[in-house]
Amino acid sequence: MSTNEMTTVGSDVVDVSSDDVNQYLTFILGGETYGVSILVIKEILEYHEPTTVPMMPDFIRGVINLRGSVVPVVDLSLRLGKETTAVEKRTCVVIIEIQHEDERMEIGVVVDAVNEVLDIAPENIESAPNFGAKIRTDFIHGMGKVDEKFVVLLNIDHVLSIEELSMLDQVGSTEQ
Amino acid sequence: MSDEMEAAKQGFQIEAEELLEDMEEALLHLENEPDDMDSVNAVFRAAHTIKGTAGVFGFDDVVTFTHVAESLLDMIRDEEIKINNEIIAALLQSGDHMAALVNFVVESDDALPADLLKTSKELIQVLNECMGKSSESVASDSEVVEVVEQIERDNTVGADNDNWHISLRFGLEVLKSGMDPQSFIKYLKRIGTIVSINTLVENIPLLEDMDAEECYLGFEIGLDTEESKESIESVFDFVREDCQIRILPPNSLISEYLALIQELPEEDTMLGEMLVKSKVLTAKELQGALNAQKVISDSGNVKPLGEMLVDAGVVDKNVVEAAVEKQQTVRRIKKGDVKSVRVDADKLDALINLVGELVIANSSSFLLAERSENPELMEANSITARLVEEIRDSALRLRMVQIGATFTKFQRVVRDVSRDLGKNIELTIIGAETELDKTVVEKIGDPLMHLVRNSMDHGIETPEERQQKSKSLQGNLKLSAYHDSGSIVIEVTDDGKGLDKEKLISKALEKGLIKENQTLTDSEAYRLIFEAGLSTAKEVTNISGRGVGMDVVRRNIEALRGTIDVESEIDVGTTISIRLPLTLAIIDGFLVGVEKASYVIPLDMVIECVELSEEDRVASMDRNYISLRGEVLPFIRLREMFAHETDSVTRENIVVVQYAGRKAGIVVDELLGELQTVIKPLGKIFSQLSGISGSTILGSGDVAVILDVAALVNRAANQESSAMLTTSSEAALQLTSN
Repeated sequence: MSTNEMTTVGSDVVDVSSDDVNQYLTFILGGETYGVSILVIKEILEYHEPTTVPMMPDFIRGVINLRGSVVPVVDLSLRLGKETTAVEKRTCVVIIEIQHEDERMEIGVVVDAVNEVLDIAPENIESAPNFGAKIRTDFIHGMGKVDEKFVVLLNIDHVLSIEELSMLDQVGSTEQ
Repeated sequence: MSDEMEAAKQGFQIEAEELLEDMEEALLHLENEPDDMDSVNAVFRAAHTIKGTAGVFGFDDVVTFTHVAESLLDMIRDEEIKINNEIIAALLQSGDHMAALVNFVVESDDALPADLLKTSKELIQVLNECMGKSSESVASDSEVVEVVEQIERDNTVGADNDNWHISLRFGLEVLKSGMDPQSFIKYLKRIGTIVSINTLVENIPLLEDMDAEECYLGFEIGLDTEESKESIESVFDFVREDCQIRILPPNSLISEYLALIQELPEEDTMLGEMLVKSKVLTAKELQGALNAQKVISDSGNVKPLGEMLVDAGVVDKNVVEAAVEKQQTVRRIKKGDVKSVRVDADKLDALINLVGELVIANSSSFLLAERSENPELMEANSITARLVEEIRDSALRLRMVQIGATFTKFQRVVRDVSRDLGKNIELTIIGAETELDKTVVEKIGDPLMHLVRNSMDHGIETPEERQQKSKSLQGNLKLSAYHDSGSIVIEVTDDGKGLDKEKLISKALEKGLIKENQTLTDSEAYRLIFEAGLSTAKEVTNISGRGVGMDVVRRNIEALRGTIDVESEIDVGTTISIRLPLTLAIIDGFLVGVEKASYVIPLDMVIECVELSEEDRVASMDRNYISLRGEVLPFIRLREMFAHETDSVTRENIVVVQYAGRKAGIVVDELLGELQTVIKPLGKIFSQLSGISGSTILGSGDVAVILDVAALVNRAANQESSAMLTTSSEAALQLTSN
């Protein structure tokens, strides 16, 4: 897999038929390759500095204006417990749609670079290792095998769990 | 079931709900003024309309039950029965039951469950007892209807005739609306036997003038049936609008037939003969009636029919008056329809959202116009801006409703609960006409309910206790609403025993909510009642023990960007005031800048802006207050509170804000001016964040956060007091170690 191949993911997203669930959008974060099921991806935007919301934990970068609605942006790298993402030329915001209590919510995540959409058959997905990935195991959906290399497929519902994201604010807040 | 039918049913449900609310209000009013005929009529109207609409849908269970209540009301209206508390109680229960029935039949097609049927039966019995009937006569529902039907008849001077008489005049449009007159007559056969039928062909024009698609026919029908007038009427439900239909019960007064003859468009004599032909009237009866009528009209004194009948002593004066009144109320209702339009709340929300987008788009074009420095463009833009502002205001006003309806609901609550508790409590409502956003109104109901129940249960004492304290025996509960600097304030006031500060504090200590040496101001102590753990367990009753706790009340209010406060005095009473923003959609904001970030402060709270003088800036390293014209003004530095990285600017400003009577300053770098702020919620992730109430999109497309001033001030106060505590306890530690 080559990291130089930047696919026009936006149009791919539109083409994906709903029954084809084995497709994953892969992206780079701190040198590692991660994948997220294509079904939750709404769009990919060029990175613009979001508006900071004061008194929130660091991994909430802030909010952006997405065609009239205000969408929070999460620093995915920090959320996974790694270094913060430095903004470079290929830094992107991936808009992900998640379901929370009958409500659809959009959340943006910051990634270093978006790669391509990969087909990974279920038989090529191994379960997450007990340790070693240096990520909370419940964040990992599985390890996708591509060309003898592994892609960490994220369980996005856990990574972007609204309960946890809003609760962490409570810990960070000085009021309590 | 089709969507349209579903929608129509929903409409019925909503209508019934509103009618029942009116009915309840009128009944409660009757409790104090039993002679108020307007209220009796209002109750009757509500029951009648519900029955009618339910009939159109074929909800027989609702019709049967409502009919009994209506009959009772009819008798009250005719002053055959004097209204008393027992009747009011029965009718109130009936109203509740009607609501239950309507909700059930609208939501489900199944037969009524046993419990509803049982309540129906029981209440029908109670209602019948009120009407002075023995319960034995209530063997079955159909019999009930029959009994009532007989009341409507007058058997004293009846024409000798056992059949119903139906006069049908089909409207011209009937065929065009896809109805076949014949099918209605055929349908009549299903409910009875048609004894006689006469077709009126006089209205058929000459062939060349005739429109094949119009109906010119009329019928006089004699029908032998056991069914009630309602069921006969219901046959014609579909054409009722277009047609003239008169139905006379068997053995009706001759004068009624006479009235019928007069009302119908055809020649009197001709019609009369037709009735004779139908064996409705005998020739002799007809002759007598027509003669009587002739004498009157010959005297040149053409009186309205109603008056004529009264004069002739044929009809009771009251009956005519009731009929006239009925006509007037119908007319009044129709007028009301024209004045207001029922609009789907979703459509309204969509409009408000669009107006929000318009405001944002407009401010961005305004920004560009300013940048272009083209005076004409700027002029044109400022005109648009003004119009947009007006559109915004009127769009928001669409969603404003009076709080009165919410308040009046509590009349019933207070009445019922005070009875349950054995207390005598009167509810006073002040400021019912105060308006606020519909979304706020919807969400305020539950918290208010809790506060009211709480006041009645824990606040107001029993009559014996009140006597001991030499207070008036009747407790007073007051609900009031008024506007105050961009907010609406709702107060629940009781003249009960008040809150015991000491007791609250000791409870809070016990639960570890406060620390031993903490000194609390009165209002802080009273606010303890909103803490989660602080339940006054021994006082829990079925009145205020059920439902949400006071902490939930507080959370609900805060979710609406509101605040809640308590004032109390022992043995004088307690006032709980809720302060809410007028709208949840668009506000006037004041834009300020710190570093590169922009923040919005609600303009209603801003009093003035002053420059932070160099002297104060230096001093503010130690203290966070200045002297504003001799007054102490504590302030918050946004730069510090929001942890902005740089800390050196040459100029700083203070925005002086006021909230609930308290003043505070907010120190910012730049003052960027007023703007219309469309509030965009920040989403679930930020739900726990206090100090920020939402966000908005600026003309440039950037997002700015809206400050929640009250929460920020609280936050600053808490931070400071906890910082003081740690330093003093550190000092104490040092002392002991020495």
